[in-house]
Order: sequence, then structure tokens, then C-alpha cells
Amino acid sequence: MFRKLHDPGAQTVTIFIDGRPVPAELGESVAAVLLRQPEAWCRTTPISESPRAPYCMMGVCFECLVEVDGLASVQGCLTPVRNGMRVARQQGPRSLSA
Amino acid sequence: MNANETDLLIVGAGPAGMAAAVTARSQGLSVRVLDDQPAPGGQIWRAIETVAETPRIARLGEAYRAGADRAAAFRACGALYEPESQLWQIEPGFRAFLTQQGRARSVTARAVILATGAQERPAPFPGWTLPGVLTVGAAQILLKTADSVPTSPVWIAGCGPLPLLYMTQLLAAGGQIAGFLDTTPRGRLGAALRHLPQGLGLLADLAKGLSWSLALRRAGFPIIRHVAELRAEGEGRLESLHYRAEDGREGEVAAEVLLVHEGVVPNIHAPLALGCAVSWHAGQHCYVPDLDSWGETSQPNVFVAGDGAGVGGAEAAEPRGRIAALRVAARLGTLGEGAAESAARPERGRLSRALALRPFLDALYAPRPQVFAPADETLVCRCEEVTAGELRARAVQGRPGPNQIKAFTRAGMGPCQGRQCGYTMAHIIATAQNRPVEEVGFYRIRPPLKPVTLGELASLDEREPAA
Amino acid sequence: MRPDIIVIGGGTVGAAIAYGLAKQRQQVLLLDGDDGDFRAARANFGLVWLQGKGLGMPAYQVLTRDSIALWRGFTNEIEAETKIDLAYEQNGGLAFCLGEEGFEKRRHDLMRLHNQRGERAPDWAMLDRSALERLLPKVALGPNVTGASFGRHDGHANPLRLLAALHEALLRHGGGIRHRARVERIEPVGRDFRLILDGETLVAPRIVIAAGLGSPALARQVGLVVPLRPERGQVLVTERLEPFLPLPASGLRQTGEGTVMIGATKDNPGFDVSTTAEAAAGLSRKTIEIVPALAQVRLVRQWAGLRIMTPDGHPIYAQSQSHPGAFVALCHSGVTLAAFHAETLAGAIAAGGLPENLSPFHQRRFDVPQAA
Repeated sequence: MFRKLHDPGAQTVTIFIDGRPVPAELGESVAAVLLRQPEAWCRTTPISESPRAPYCMMGVCFECLVEVDGLASVQGCLTPVRNGMRVARQQGPRSLSA
Repeated sequence: MNANETDLLIVGAGPAGMAAAVTARSQGLSVRVLDDQPAPGGQIWRAIETVAETPRIARLGEAYRAGADRAAAFRACGALYEPESQLWQIEPGFRAFLTQQGRARSVTARAVILATGAQERPAPFPGWTLPGVLTVGAAQILLKTADSVPTSPVWIAGCGPLPLLYMTQLLAAGGQIAGFLDTTPRGRLGAALRHLPQGLGLLADLAKGLSWSLALRRAGFPIIRHVAELRAEGEGRLESLHYRAEDGREGEVAAEVLLVHEGVVPNIHAPLALGCAVSWHAGQHCYVPDLDSWGETSQPNVFVAGDGAGVGGAEAAEPRGRIAALRVAARLGTLGEGAAESAARPERGRLSRALALRPFLDALYAPRPQVFAPADETLVCRCEEVTAGELRARAVQGRPGPNQIKAFTRAGMGPCQGRQCGYTMAHIIATAQNRPVEEVGFYRIRPPLKPVTLGELASLDEREPAA
Repeated sequence: MRPDIIVIGGGTVGAAIAYGLAKQRQQVLLLDGDDGDFRAARANFGLVWLQGKGLGMPAYQVLTRDSIALWRGFTNEIEAETKIDLAYEQNGGLAFCLGEEGFEKRRHDLMRLHNQRGERAPDWAMLDRSALERLLPKVALGPNVTGASFGRHDGHANPLRLLAALHEALLRHGGGIRHRARVERIEPVGRDFRLILDGETLVAPRIVIAAGLGSPALARQVGLVVPLRPERGQVLVTERLEPFLPLPASGLRQTGEGTVMIGATKDNPGFDVSTTAEAAAGLSRKTIEIVPALAQVRLVRQWAGLRIMTPDGHPIYAQSQSHPGAFVALCHSGVTLAAFHAETLAGAIAAGGLPENLSPFHQRRFDVPQAA
């Protein structure tokens, strides 16, 4: 959906989205990285399980909830990337063991 | 002094919060600034410190560049700055609860300035929840913080200065625009001109606005005027976009990304949670906190500064932040009343100049009526997936208010706490019950302002922060 | 329309009575308060609960038991009428016990209550930890959980849908509902009652005052002194989760939507519905002690409601002696007692008087003997 205009060079880090390594730049948010993926959705809703993607990018819509390093329902747009971060898309309602 | 205590707690490190912090520090107050972003600047100056070091700064415009000095002054002012902090409750006294790096804790302060800014006005239409539909503000944040632009030529629909600014920035960055669906209703300019104030300084602002339009016209993408209705369609993501103009002209186009914007409204959740009185602002079609001339709310020692006090832009946010900080300094005894009054005088002048053009802009870019009357199938509450039709059906049985309909439909009960559906709910009730919208009211706002885990809550040390 | 009866209070108690009256072919008008009123009905936890109730007042134990016996039929009828799913489940309910002492204390308390009634075999059982684990296969219990008491008749329902369904069913039976209808004054006029609202006057030969904490001021005008105090209860609700808790527990239940409700605190700050982080922290600690995995789950909302408490904690049902035709119905168990209110109580009010077996609930039990 979105593309990055510059090569981050030395600022490049790797994060894992559903286990797959993807490049990211220090300082940008998890939601920004998700929007550059071929599958740009970040979760399916707990009610109708319809796909949602980041919408407001400023923390007020709660559409970009993802699991980050094992902690679920984190606002992706307020979470800066870190090298090695593990992000998982959330599908439907969370299971308690997740 | 305990490390958890400061004289003043400022929530938000945008133009108002930073200006308030600098002023309060210069008056000898200890200041803590909480912000949910990783760096100072607020939405207008998002990522300014990083971008200022790169050639990208050139294509984001002068108003953006101005943020670099502000951030530097803020960094140097000696306030205790806590980025990536999510405030989720403030109790009287004041004790504020926040989460930082997955850990919850509380801090205390003698006064609070809420500088939590504005959010884009939710403008629901069928399909607005599809991946591929974002706000213009979101796209601008992506440009500033991630240097990202839509992959394919983008459709933009909306009204107000932000779409024009973003389109200019996007073109300067090398992005492409498929078309602009201008949702400004016909005849608005005439109505707005009556609000145009005297004064030459303002013409510069107007000229700036017009220059965007010229640049955009030169780019050659289609501009469809007076678009009244939108519908986004697709299987799991946006694939096509249907629009209808006021005069009935319709179109359907393929689209991967649609950006929408219908103005901004103050973030009022924190003041509402604190029990601050709010009133309907007819010109801006939203609630604003009741404030005195210093920005103090109906709750003593709780102030609101910046766009949260009513949308006025960065130029108004800064003097509002300074005026509130001066009042806090006087309250806490580091500045005399008279001295506070004289120091506030030039700031009041700046504020009034900054707000002079606002009634004109408010009238020109007032949201089209369809924003408040989405089609029945539209999901109004994105979190709980409640449609406009369900709300309408409920609104006509007896004359229930927003909290009763919330209880019956679950609209407003999800994680966003009504940030996306509150105003639509109010307008649907008003229309269904033939009442003025200002009489309908808003959801009762409950903590937490941001969802917090039970583990974080359980780990709160109840003795903290007693000295 | 001139109503046969006006019910003041559109909460779970008033709405259940109004619905029951409408089913009795009464012309009913239900007056609901303002959107911002206290509204215990919107703060309800949703248990339809028997175990542990009624110590010191056997009649309350019986009343609760009778209402629960009516609940299934009540649910079926109202669901058929309104198509609103009340999510009522009656598969039993739990009260978790922590530590050996907690387990023994629970057994002792329930046995005392059973002995008070003194008949039949107990309708509850104490489950040890391994029995509890078999009952809750998806829950990893905290190390201090020693077991639970299990009440066979306990269950839960969606209290907000119940309220919505009662309103809807009332309308379907020809009743009327007026929201934002605040009764300022009640004037007895002949055999009628004249209700003065802001800007209008309503008249009916009978009235039911079920206005929660707003009731004492109204009841006094028809000669009934009802002592009430607010008791604050704070409740937490989490984000939606996949089903993991098949049975409701006292203070912890998973709703049909998947959210987890945690509650409730008890304190007496007066008419104050603010929430406190201290309560949220305490409830969270208690919950995590029972189900540690819930530590990772997000609280979405915390709220406070005011329970309608009488001096002994039990309901008040009374008809005024000085102004026959004026009834009062007050309690803090509006969900559990909803079936009783809609069936038995509404039937009695429609017939003109409360039966003898409700006399223990008359407000006169609180009357202070007047000095001569």
C-alpha cells in the first residue's frame, strides 16, 4: 500500500512479522512497516473477523492492534521498531494463552 | 522532593505542551511532560528532530521546519520529559497513572495542563473500515515519520487545509495523485467571506492556501468538486471507490489507497474523564472544554491548551500553552499575579491574531451534512461493529441519550472508547429525535484512557508515590 | 392515552415490572430518567445468582430461589417476543477459594445458610482443586486456588440486553416509554396520582416507584419512608477473548461477547461514581491470583455504579397504606429478581395488592417506633 522513499542505510533494522523477516528503519512505527507489506492488514476483528489496517496513525482509532514480542493488543502506530522485534497479526478474538 | 512529584504535569509534547513547559520552567516550576510519541513535536512536527537532519525537510514546508527550534528549546528547558508514555487515568489531587515500556506507575503534580491536541473528525461512510482507507493525517504522519508514500496514485477525498497541504508535500516527495474528491459543499466561500477579518497579515495565509491550489492544479490530476457521498468497496481491502457529487454526478474508480479528511476536532477524552465541563462549539461542530481566559477548566488547576481547547493550529497552541503555564506559576506562587498578567498580555495578542482567520476557515471548511448522516449500512462504531441503521432504530424508541444507546448496542464500548463514533452517535440521535445536537451530550468517559493490562494494574504499588 | 399505571424508573427493576404489568393487559407508561443519571442497571455485573444469598433473611433466600426458577421461562418468552438474545446460561456458578482457610470458610458459610433453611440436600457442592480443573479445562489456575463452591442453580445473563429487551417487550405489549422524564413531584388527587414533570403533568390511578436511589424523595410524597443508601461498586471489563471460562464465578465471568468482567468492590463514598486506580489494582491482583494468564489481557473499561442498599441489604416491596395504589419496589439484585418482578410482583400489583409472603419485605421493618 505504501513504499519508502529512501534507503535507511545504517538505520536499517530487521523485524519479524508473523515470523518473516522484513526491513525497517529505526524511528518508524510498527504500523508504518505493516503498511509497506504486500499483506497490509494487521488484524481481523474479534466480532466479524474482517480485516483491518492502520487507519489514523496517531493512537485514536485502535485499528492497528498487533502482538509485539508476545504482548497482545499493542497499538502498532505508537510502537517504534526495534531490531529483532517480533510482530504478529491478531486474528479474531485473542486466546488467553497467547 | 520525591522523584514522582512535580509542580506541573503536562500531557502532550506538541506545540502547546512544549511552549507551556518552556514557560513554566522559566518561572521556576518543576515540570513533567508525558507524551505517547517517541519524540517531541506533536502531530504537526512529528519526527522533526530526525527529519531536520535530512534533505527531506525541504519538501515538508516552512511551517514544519519551524518545529526544529521549538523541539530544541523544549529539550533544553529542564522539564522531565517522558516519551512513549501512555496516560490512562488522572485522579484528583493530582495523581496521574501512566504506562511506559509496559510498566504502569503513578506520578503526582499540583497542576495539570492537558495539551493533547486534536484528532481528525471521524467521517464514516460505507467501506471506511477496509484496509486501504486511511486518513490524510495518517498519510502525512507516514510521510514525516517513515518517508513513506502510497505505492500507486492515491485518491484523496476531503475538505480543509490538510488535504491541500498533504497533496503539495506528496507531489514534492515524488508521490502521485489519482484524483481529489473535494467534499467542500457549493457556496461555502461566499458564506465564509463574511467571516474574513481585516488585516493584511492574514492575506499571507490566504495566499499560501491559494498557492497550494495552483501547484495542485498544475499537477493535472482530476479534481471533482462538491462530492457529497463516498463508498469504498473491496474484498478484504479497498479495490474501488464510488462517489456522488451534490448535483448527482457519480463515478466509480479503481483504488488501492483512499485518504479521507473532514477537519479536526479537539481530543476531549482526558478532560471529560476528569469531569471538566464542555460546551458545544457551533462553528467547529464539536465539544470544547469550558475555559477561562487562562485556559483553566471547570476543575481547579486543570488547564487545557492547544487544539484540545478548540482547534486553532500551532500558532494558537503556543500562546495558549504559555498563558496556562503563567497562570500555574502564579497559582503556585513563583510569579506574582500582576507579573503573570503582564507576561500574558503579548501572548493574548498572539493568540487573538492566530485565531483571527479561524472563523473564516471554520465556515469555509464546515463538514458537509452527510458526514453526520451516514447510510444505514455504515459501521459507525468501528470497534464493536455497530451500524448507523442500528443506532437510528434505537434512537427513535422513546428518546434515549447516547449512554443508553451505548448500553443497548455496545457502540462506544470498544478500545477506542467512542473516539471514532461519539460525534456520529450524537448527530444520529439529534436527527432521529429532532433535537439540537448540542443538547444530546456525549458518552460518559471511563478510565482507562488507553487500554492497560491487568498485570500492569496489579503491579501498581499502592503506597507509591507517598514520600 | 391515560395509563392505568405509571412506573417511575426505567432501570431493570422498573422495566421488568412495567413489562409484567403490560402482559397483564394494563395500560403502562414507563418513565425513564436522564441519560446521565446514576443508573445501576447499566453498571450491573450480570449474575443470576443464588449461592450465598439470604443469610439472616430466609424470605430473601426463597424469593431468590423462586425468581431463578422462573428465569428460563421468562427468558424464552422475552426472547421470542423481542428477538434479543439475553445470553442466559444456567449451568451453575463458582466462587473460587484461596488457601485451605478460604476453602473451609466458604464451606462453613454455605452450611450455615443451608441450615437456616434446613431442608433437602444442599444444591451446592465444594469442589477441590482437581475437580475444579476438570470443570475448567482451559484455565490454568493460580497456585493458591484450593477449589471453589459450585452452586447448581447459578447462572448469568447479559444485563444490558436484558434491559433493552424489557423496554422492547414493553413496547410490543402496548406500553409506552418516556426517556428523560424526571418526576419532580407526586400529588395524590382523589384516587389518582398526579405526576408533575418538567413542563407536563401525567395522571394515573396507580403508580410504582422503582427509581433506585431517586426513590426516597418520591416515596415520601405518598407516605412511604424508604431508607436507602448508595454503595459504590467498581467493575472492570477486558478486551474480547476466545471462550475460556465456561461458568460464571462470583467476581469473574466471561460474557457471551468474550469480554471478561471483574468485580466488584464495595465502598461508601456517597453519591460518587468516580473510579479509582486503587480499586482497579486490587481487582486485578485478585483476578490474577485466580487466573494468572489474565495478567496479559487488557482492561478496556472500568466503571462504578451505585447499589441501591437498604439497611439490611434486602429488597423493599410495599404498598402505601395512606395512599393505596402507590407501590414501591427497590432492590440491588435487579437481574436475579427480574423474573420475579415481571411475573409474580407485576401480577400482584395488577391485582391491587401485595401477597402476605412479601410482607417481610415491607418498608415498615425499618420504621423506628415513634415516641409518644
